[in-house]
Amino acid sequence: MALRQIPFTAWVGLILTGFLAFCAIFAPWVAPHGNGEIVGDVWEPMSAAHWLGTDNLGRDLISRMIYGARITMEIAVAATALSFSLGSILGFTAAVFGGWFDTLLSRFVDLLMSIPTLIFGLVVLSVLPTTTLTLILVMGILDSTRVYRLSRAVAVDINVMDFVEAAKLRGEGKAWIIFREILPNALSPLVAELGVRFIFAVLFLSALSFLGLGVQPPDSDWGGMVKENKDGIVFGIPAALIPAAAIAVLAISVNLVADWVLNRTTSLKGGRG
Amino acid sequence: MSSPILRLVAQRVLLGLVLLLAVSVLIFAGTQILPGDVAQAILGQSATPEALANLREQLGLNDPAWLRYVHWLWGILHGDFGTAQSSGLDIATSISTRLKNTLFLAACAAIVAVPLAIILGLIAVRYRNGFVDKLISGLALASTSFPEFFIGYVLIYFFAVKWQIFPSISTVDDSTPFLERLQAVVLPATALTLVVLAHMMRMTRAAILNVMQSAYIETAELKGLKAFDIIRKHAFPNAIAPVVNVVMLNLAYLIVGVVVVEVIFVYPGMGQYLVDHVAKRDVPVVQAVGLIFAAVYITLNIVADIAAIVANPRLRHPK
Amino acid sequence: MAENQAKAKSGQASSGKLLDIRNLRIEATVYPPGEAPKTITLVHEVSLTLEKGKVLGLIGESGAGKSTIGLSSMAYGRGGVRITGGEVILNGRDIMKVGPKGVRALRGREVCYVAQSAAAAFNPAHKLIDQVVEATLLHGTATRAEAEKRAIALFKKLSLPNPETIGERYPHQVSGGQLQRVMTAMALCSEPDLIVFDEPTTALDVTTQIDVLAAIKDAIRDTHVAALYITHDLAVVAQVSDEIMVLRHGRLVEWGGTRQIIKEPRQEYTNALVSVHEIEHREQQPGTTPFLSVKNVTAAYGGGHVKVLKNVSVDIYPGQTLAVVGESGSGKSTLARAITGLLPPEQGTVTFDGRPLANRLADRPKEDLRQLQMIYQMADVAMNPRQTVGTIIGRPLEFYFGIKGRERDKRVAELLDEIEMGKGFVDRYPAELSGGQKQRVCIARSLAAKPKLIICDEVTSALDPLVANGILKLLLNLQQVEKVAYLFITHDLATVKSIADSIAVMYRGEVVRYGSKSKVLTPPFDAYTDLLLSSVPEMEIGWLEKAIAGRRMASAGN
Repeated sequence: MALRQIPFTAWVGLILTGFLAFCAIFAPWVAPHGNGEIVGDVWEPMSAAHWLGTDNLGRDLISRMIYGARITMEIAVAATALSFSLGSILGFTAAVFGGWFDTLLSRFVDLLMSIPTLIFGLVVLSVLPTTTLTLILVMGILDSTRVYRLSRAVAVDINVMDFVEAAKLRGEGKAWIIFREILPNALSPLVAELGVRFIFAVLFLSALSFLGLGVQPPDSDWGGMVKENKDGIVFGIPAALIPAAAIAVLAISVNLVADWVLNRTTSLKGGRG
Repeated sequence: MSSPILRLVAQRVLLGLVLLLAVSVLIFAGTQILPGDVAQAILGQSATPEALANLREQLGLNDPAWLRYVHWLWGILHGDFGTAQSSGLDIATSISTRLKNTLFLAACAAIVAVPLAIILGLIAVRYRNGFVDKLISGLALASTSFPEFFIGYVLIYFFAVKWQIFPSISTVDDSTPFLERLQAVVLPATALTLVVLAHMMRMTRAAILNVMQSAYIETAELKGLKAFDIIRKHAFPNAIAPVVNVVMLNLAYLIVGVVVVEVIFVYPGMGQYLVDHVAKRDVPVVQAVGLIFAAVYITLNIVADIAAIVANPRLRHPK
Repeated sequence: MAENQAKAKSGQASSGKLLDIRNLRIEATVYPPGEAPKTITLVHEVSLTLEKGKVLGLIGESGAGKSTIGLSSMAYGRGGVRITGGEVILNGRDIMKVGPKGVRALRGREVCYVAQSAAAAFNPAHKLIDQVVEATLLHGTATRAEAEKRAIALFKKLSLPNPETIGERYPHQVSGGQLQRVMTAMALCSEPDLIVFDEPTTALDVTTQIDVLAAIKDAIRDTHVAALYITHDLAVVAQVSDEIMVLRHGRLVEWGGTRQIIKEPRQEYTNALVSVHEIEHREQQPGTTPFLSVKNVTAAYGGGHVKVLKNVSVDIYPGQTLAVVGESGSGKSTLARAITGLLPPEQGTVTFDGRPLANRLADRPKEDLRQLQMIYQMADVAMNPRQTVGTIIGRPLEFYFGIKGRERDKRVAELLDEIEMGKGFVDRYPAELSGGQKQRVCIARSLAAKPKLIICDEVTSALDPLVANGILKLLLNLQQVEKVAYLFITHDLATVKSIADSIAVMYRGEVVRYGSKSKVLTPPFDAYTDLLLSSVPEMEIGWLEKAIAGRRMASAGN
């Protein structure tokens, strides 16, 4: 595939996502100060020494942002990975095997999805210890319902196509049908969905942390940083807007990439690529 | 109204009730059975055995789970949501004013968002693939990517702090007069509107576009009808159902958005009540509020489905 | 507008022409994925004239531009199609220059449209009568009462049942064939000068088609309306048109009187279209023992609720073709599903080489699966879009015979030669092939298994006539070479006549007539076979009248 064929918006998305991911991965080397290090006064304005100023405890905001990127993405990636593997494996299995397994699982997913994710997340978190692991598990499992629905729908669509029937008539086994006939055709919509699920995980985590129920201090993801600095807003100190904007930028750039992947699939209808 | 419609609607309502019952089980299970020991969770690891035993007794934790569930549900069906652990206040009383506040806020947002979304959706269809359409879909992308608190704090930063047009904190109580109340919710309602607007508009656009691309629209065009008459006579009757569906689904979405927005603006509604008590690990309150949110959400979804059933001419005029 | 109409009257009087299209050029912008949008030309400088009260048939394969030309007479371009050159003179004025208001004034008043799928073209939210009289009321040519009276008269003329009350129904409450007639009534109701019929009978079953066709023809004759009749079926158009215009790739091929076009075509392409069904195939006599016997098979969907096959028995002889023919809902495709084991029969047996085949697909040994191969109607969904032609054809070789590597490639190349494609196609993906090529690859895939029987389910129905013809010839040649038998499922009797050795006629899940081709196609017929055979349009002027008269006699005799 030629690089020239990538549209401008996708480039923007790819570059921004890449940049943020780079910050997250190399946080200790990129950040000028340590995560919890107090380097100055409370809510110092932007300066040459502290590019984004300092936060509510006098910590360097840009260093906090870089470490925050790491924590945000770590949890979001883990939750997405969990929701994806769980959702797609169960969804594919349900589609290919059908029967009671499909019915039971699909009804349960309907039930889970009839409660708004944030509300159910809050209900469950009210009794669970707030650790990173719990967060990942709760986010991953709740969101896997959506992945399940999508992958099941995609697989059911493909499963009734004539080329799958032809493979069944040939006598191919279940493994060949799932991995050689269905999966290659389901991959593209699933990859696009991966981006959407990741954005959802970032926004979900940020909301939880903002509400004080996500990542616990002294560590902070971006949502938590909004919470830490929100009291400054009424004094005209925009420190809370910076992590909030960072979340928006991350979400938009991943969205742009996902849109591009999705458009490529819908217009291609198979073939090379 | 003929019988197949009544049957379908009845089926849908019944299904909704079954779903609600199942959801109540799920919410109860989520708080009672899942974590192991609620008392431990409430009091923390350092609690003394006597304190734990006392709390267990107090919460009725020594009864089997199903019995506690039946008690709980029985109470709710009679308007008794129990008492809050953290404050000892009656939950139903606390909820009633807060529910009113939340519904007021949501209604204000909906009154603005719904017509605006439909109009913008129509404009996007009318100028499909043109500049306006692209602008609208770009804004839609942005607003689905923005967290609620980004929108909320930007609004506060400019409208409340820089320009000082509206209050930054939306405190209301029972004695607040209507106009003042309205002024208090301007910013949170705007934030909520912005949160749901883009999504609703995108879906409206898709729903109307789907109708406009039908063959019968071409038939109308080939009869020599004016564009306006085509929309009024031929597109509108078929677009009602999908659009109502879109609106209802997004109102359900709005109910969730309320939680974060209320916390941002310190608005005394259900959302803030829930968040406060999740932090305090006050299980009875969380259960009650969670169930109410779920009930509203499910109801709106049922209304969306019923709208689609009632507006379908194939069902309204059976063979 | 009044001036326009005055001009129209005088123009008409002077030239006698209703419609005069000159050097029409139509373009569209396409958006190929990953490339810059480009403009393609759909219609290249086509001219035609039509006199009042005459019918001109526009005929061609898909992509010939016939619908596009038809709609240009209403100054309409479907889905981003633009008329970029030439003149469309209707009733004496160029309708490309009358402005939006002028265009609205002529649509539904001077020109009306009948679509291929009336089911989609009617608004599901309104009663039929309201839609039928809508254009008449809009253009103010009659009061509501008059218009409704006219509509009911037209319903009667078009032999619709309950003409007084059918208008009170909603579109989904009326059958497809009836809806097509209601749409014709809708077009006639405002008493236009011209009606554009766009494949009005294509979506119908053949026994329904003949009635709708006759109704349309009578209505045209009695109302003296002119018509552009668009279809891909030359035999159909020969029944209704005064003149025929043959189009290909947006260019005019030949234009002449109906008799001349079907009896003395001047262009090679027209000749090919006319002689498309003339395939030489001598019927083989059934052998002594069939290798596959279907005995008293009954099958149902939905756990036995919907019986789709009732007590069906047929035999297939080595190297021969059994054609199963029937209309939609006759159970012909279900028979294929029962034989392959996709839908296990409830009763009855399928025997293969003298032993019973397992009912369920899952219980059949690989060897049985290899012997029965299948080719589908839609070749593009019958192949995995992510696999190359080489993989698609090579997989049965690996799977059944364990042939791998170079030997497999050699065999794939041979198979590609057999289907007249050549080994250059090995690395192509299905999306890069034409419709006919896709179907050939599917044939090669089934041949790779070296089966005794190939089930062909409507394999030529989705293809243009000439391409379909090529596929049929290929199948017959391959039968000679490979000695393979076919179970050929189709709704098209012309195809059956071309290739079958024996025929089973199915109706509502039952075999109503079965035997060698000559026996099945020789009278005396049973009622359904008679109806079916007499409904297939023949490329002969006056066939429709004869067929309808024959039916009336038959029903009078009953």
